[in-house]
Amino acid sequence: MLIKRAPDFKASEITDYRLYLNRRQFLVGAAALALAPSAAAAAAAPTGQPLKAGRNAVYSLDEKEKVTKFEAATTYNNFYEFGMEKEDPAKLAHTLKPRPWTVQVDGLVQRPKRFEIDDLLKFPLEERVYSLRCVEGWSMVIPWIGFPLASLLTQVEPLGKARFVEFTTLKDPEQFPGQKPSVLSFSSIEWPYVEGLRLDEALHPLTLLTVGMYGQVLPNQNGAPVRMVLPWKYGFKSAKSIVRIRLTEEQPKTAWEKAAPQEYGFYSNVNPTVDHPRWSQASERRIGEFMRRKTLMFNGYADQVGSLYTGMDLRENY
Amino acid sequence: MTRTGRIGLKVGAWGLCLLPLLVLTYRALTDDLGANPISFVTNWLGQWSFRLLLASLALTPLRILTGFAWPLTFRRLLGLFAFFYICLHFSVWVVVDHFFDWDEMLADIVKRRYITVGMAGLALMAPLAATSTAGMVRRLGGTRWRRLHRLVYVIGGLAALHFLWLAKAGRQDPYAYAAILTLLLGVRLADALRRRLLAPVERGRP
Repeated sequence: MLIKRAPDFKASEITDYRLYLNRRQFLVGAAALALAPSAAAAAAAPTGQPLKAGRNAVYSLDEKEKVTKFEAATTYNNFYEFGMEKEDPAKLAHTLKPRPWTVQVDGLVQRPKRFEIDDLLKFPLEERVYSLRCVEGWSMVIPWIGFPLASLLTQVEPLGKARFVEFTTLKDPEQFPGQKPSVLSFSSIEWPYVEGLRLDEALHPLTLLTVGMYGQVLPNQNGAPVRMVLPWKYGFKSAKSIVRIRLTEEQPKTAWEKAAPQEYGFYSNVNPTVDHPRWSQASERRIGEFMRRKTLMFNGYADQVGSLYTGMDLRENY
Repeated sequence: MTRTGRIGLKVGAWGLCLLPLLVLTYRALTDDLGANPISFVTNWLGQWSFRLLLASLALTPLRILTGFAWPLTFRRLLGLFAFFYICLHFSVWVVVDHFFDWDEMLADIVKRRYITVGMAGLALMAPLAATSTAGMVRRLGGTRWRRLHRLVYVIGGLAALHFLWLAKAGRQDPYAYAAILTLLLGVRLADALRRRLLAPVERGRP
C-alpha cells in the first residue's frame, strides 16, 4: 500500500535555501567554535520537507548504476528561468514560491479541472529511479517521486479530438529572475516555457508527473512544486514548475523549437545516432564518474518506448 | 623605468598569469570544482587562454590610444601564457575528456566546426610560440617575423568562433569576447588608416 499524505507544514518551516547552501561556511564556523557541535550539525543537515513514497521496483536501474549525489543533482542543472549557468538555479531559486500553487488542466477534455498542489500530493505517489540525459552531454541517476501523468489525464477525460499535451511553466519575473527583460540580455527563450508531448507519449507509463526527489519535495531549483520527468527524452523536454497542462489537436510549438528549431525538435528523444548539429550525442559523462560512457538509444528505455516510434524517421523527427 | 622596477613588474606579471592556474589547483584540492569537474576545468583553461590572448592584443591599441609603450614588453609573456593555457585546455580534452580515443576525437575535429576552428587556432599558435625568442626574431628577420606573427589576428578570430559555436543559444559571454576582439582590432585598423592618410609620402619610400 502506498502512503498517501498531504504534507502538514508551513512554508516558513522550510529551511531557507540560502542557509542550506551556506552550510559549509556554517560548518566551518561551527567547527571553529566547537562549543555546540550537535546543534550546528542539526541545523546544517539538508532539510527539505520529507515526502514519503514506496519505491516502485519496476522502475529502477541496474544495481551498478549509482544514484547521483543529492548535492550534485540540486546544484548543477539547467533552469533558464533562473539564469543561463548551471549553478544559477541553486543560487537564485529562493525567489520561487512553490505554495500556494495551482495547475490548470484544460483544453480538449471533458472535465477541465484546477488541481491545488495538495490535490496532486494525494495521488498514490511512488519513487522511481530514472536516468536523466541532458542534451549537453551529461547525465545523472535520480530517485524521483510522483505518479503517472496518465492517472491525472484520466480524471479530466480527454476528448477524442485531443492528440497532444502542452505543458506551460509559470511566467513571473518576480519569482524567476531569468525572465526579467534587460537591455544587455537577448534571451533566446520566449517566456513562458512551453513543452509538449504526443498524447500517447503523455499516457505512457514511464511519463511521471513529479512532486519530489531524494525522499523530499522538489527543491525550487529542480522545478518545484511539480514538473514532468520523461527519462527517454533529453532533459529540457521535462517542463518544470508547471502551471498549466492543456490538451490540444495541434502539435504545440515548444519554447526551444521557437528559439532554435534546427537544433531542438519536438521529439528530442535521446538518440546516440542523431547528433546535435554542433556536437556529438554518441557519448555522455555521468556526473560523478570519470570516463565517458556510450549513450543508449532512448536513454536505455528502448524496450519500453521504442514502439511509440515504429516506422518514424528519427533523423527527420529529432 | 628603473631596472628594479622592470624586474618587479615582470615578477608581478608572472604571478598574475599563473594565478588562474593556482586558483584552479586550490579549488581542485578543496573539492570545489562543481558537479562536473572536467567540464569546469576545460572551460576555465580555455577562457583564461582567451583572456590572456586578448590582453596581449590589447597592448598595441593601448599604446595607440594612450601613448604608453612600456606595457608592450609584456606582449610576449602574455602570448606565451595564452599558449600555455591552451595547451593545458587541449590536454584535458585529449586525456581526461576523451582518454586518447583518437578515432572519436578525429571524427569530432572533422565534423564539429567549433572543434575544427579550435584545433586550427592551436595549430597556428604553435609556430608563434616557437618563434617567440629573440634568437628566432633575428634568424627570421624583423619583417618576416612580423608578417608571421600577424597570424595572431587569425587566431583571435578562430578563438572567438570556437566560443560562439560551442556555446548554447542564449549565452552572452561569447559575444562579449567577440566584441572586445573586434574593438581591439578596430583600433589598430583605424590607426593604420589614419597613418596612411596623414603620411602618404612615406609609402613610396624604399
